[in-house]
Amino acid sequence: MALQLLLNGLILGSIISLGAIGLSLIYGILNFGHFAHGDLMTLGAYFAYLFTVQLALPLPIAFVIAALLTALTANLLNQILYRHLKERDSVTIMISAVGAALIIRNLIQMFWGPQLKFYDRSIQMPVVLFNGLLRIKPTQITILILSSVLVIGVHLFLSKTKLGKAMRAMSDNTALAQITGINTQQVIFWTWVMSGVLTSSAGILLAMDTHLIPIMGWNLLLPMFAAVILGGIGSPYGAMFGGLVIGISQELSTMFISASYKPGIAFAIMILMLLIKPSGIMGRKV
Amino acid sequence: MNLTGILSYFIFFLTFAGIYAVMALALNMQRGFAGLFNIGIAGFWAVGSYTTAILTTEPSANYLGGFNLPIIIGLLGAGLISAFLALLVGIPTLRLREDYLGITTIGIAEIIRLIFTNEAWLSYGVRGISGIPKPLRDFAGKYYNIVFLIIVLTVIAVFYYLSEKGIHSPWGRVLRAIREDEEVAKAAGKNVFRYRMEALVFGAFMMGVGGALYAHFTGFVSPEAFKPMQTTFIVWIMLIIGGSGNNFGVLIGSLITWGIWTGTEFITGMLPAAYTTQAATLRVILIGVFLEIVLLNMPDGLFPEKKYNKN
Repeated sequence: MALQLLLNGLILGSIISLGAIGLSLIYGILNFGHFAHGDLMTLGAYFAYLFTVQLALPLPIAFVIAALLTALTANLLNQILYRHLKERDSVTIMISAVGAALIIRNLIQMFWGPQLKFYDRSIQMPVVLFNGLLRIKPTQITILILSSVLVIGVHLFLSKTKLGKAMRAMSDNTALAQITGINTQQVIFWTWVMSGVLTSSAGILLAMDTHLIPIMGWNLLLPMFAAVILGGIGSPYGAMFGGLVIGISQELSTMFISASYKPGIAFAIMILMLLIKPSGIMGRKV
Repeated sequence: MNLTGILSYFIFFLTFAGIYAVMALALNMQRGFAGLFNIGIAGFWAVGSYTTAILTTEPSANYLGGFNLPIIIGLLGAGLISAFLALLVGIPTLRLREDYLGITTIGIAEIIRLIFTNEAWLSYGVRGISGIPKPLRDFAGKYYNIVFLIIVLTVIAVFYYLSEKGIHSPWGRVLRAIREDEEVAKAAGKNVFRYRMEALVFGAFMMGVGGALYAHFTGFVSPEAFKPMQTTFIVWIMLIIGGSGNNFGVLIGSLITWGIWTGTEFITGMLPAAYTTQAATLRVILIGVFLEIVLLNMPDGLFPEKKYNKN
């Protein structure tokens, strides 16, 4: 039971982590909470649905196209909205993001309808391990492998490339990074690209594990924010760690409380963190 | 539609716009004057609605109470419980950056929805609470809607007066100073946390009362009765269009926004019946685009905050 929940938590946690990395970097670099991040995630999942189910392309190709289109959408949001509101207070830019979230979600519902959708309707035989203690579906193995690959990719990008280092520097201290001659416009562009790709991947993995529904990403927004705050705003590694903690806690909590309160766990952890150490585990002072 | 029909529709329209105006005045206290980011308005709304429902309905085996108390107690109780909730939300967040409050209010609105959905002993779950009494019903008779509108307008007048009184007092001056520059206010020895908390709690009290008015007007509350983000968002549009920090502007903003929102219903109503679900989403898209346009082009709203006398 606990082992199974741990596995489910690991899967949910990886998905939250992927979304939270971008959310945390946007927070660090552009200094606002991106409330449309969950709905970008949903959009990525539906883009993949469009290409793999409606246009019958193989899922890996649909995955890549969807990720690129979501990255493009993220940059469009920045170009049309956020860039112009930067000079005003952060509440203005955040309410604009809330508006973007509602627009995206309702566009999705308009085009694809409110019903549940699936990439693949065939029933999968789970692999049974440890005398039935653990059941794992082939797609879940795929999800774990893919999310690990993506996280390692993010790590290599952030630690080995010049652009990645610039991103971390800007997230850590924007003013200082600018003095050292970092091209901030370029860093901002690639931050949105990376966040778009990661959150779209998270959405597709979530849809592979469960199903597609217009509210899916919005439902993960609070867990993603909780992961960002737990790990420390602006810290991509903190976000990865925070995502896993939140995902696993949510699943394990069902042993003690009703499963309908699962979303409350992320919230409870977040409030505890705000009371004890608001800067997060790996974050700077707030 | 004949003249009485038009008139009664107009009264109905004004009542709803008025209930939203209470919410917008409340948000103006929090955001306009104190700079606080509350995107969980729906949560405070729901708490207000349910509190008065439990306090004022006839005793029922299906949920807590009802306690059959007078409606005025219901309104006050709704405000107080909502204010208490704001106190709890404020404790972990008001010492931190404004975004933490935003995230927390979204969270609390979600938790409240979960509680009212799952705790049947408290709120009868998804079935909701019906039979919420209507004030002065026997007295008003067929003029009931007009009487209710007058009640709503009275509540608006009281809150408007209190809010204006507060913002023109030394208390309001400190609040604005904190909004403009927290460090300066701190250097002047002001307890920033306390002032912010007072604005948050006072705003939440108004939201609770607004929620209670809604419950008495419709006579029914359930967890799915209104869409949380949509409701919250409409109140924000009212504030931004009217002019954040200007109570009069916010009232006008409420009227305009509610007019536009109802207007989109007329437009999408002309679509064939097969497109009903699309029509509902189209309305939200239209109002969302409208907000973005206002944010980009008219940042201070129709009635910008007035310049206060420096003396």
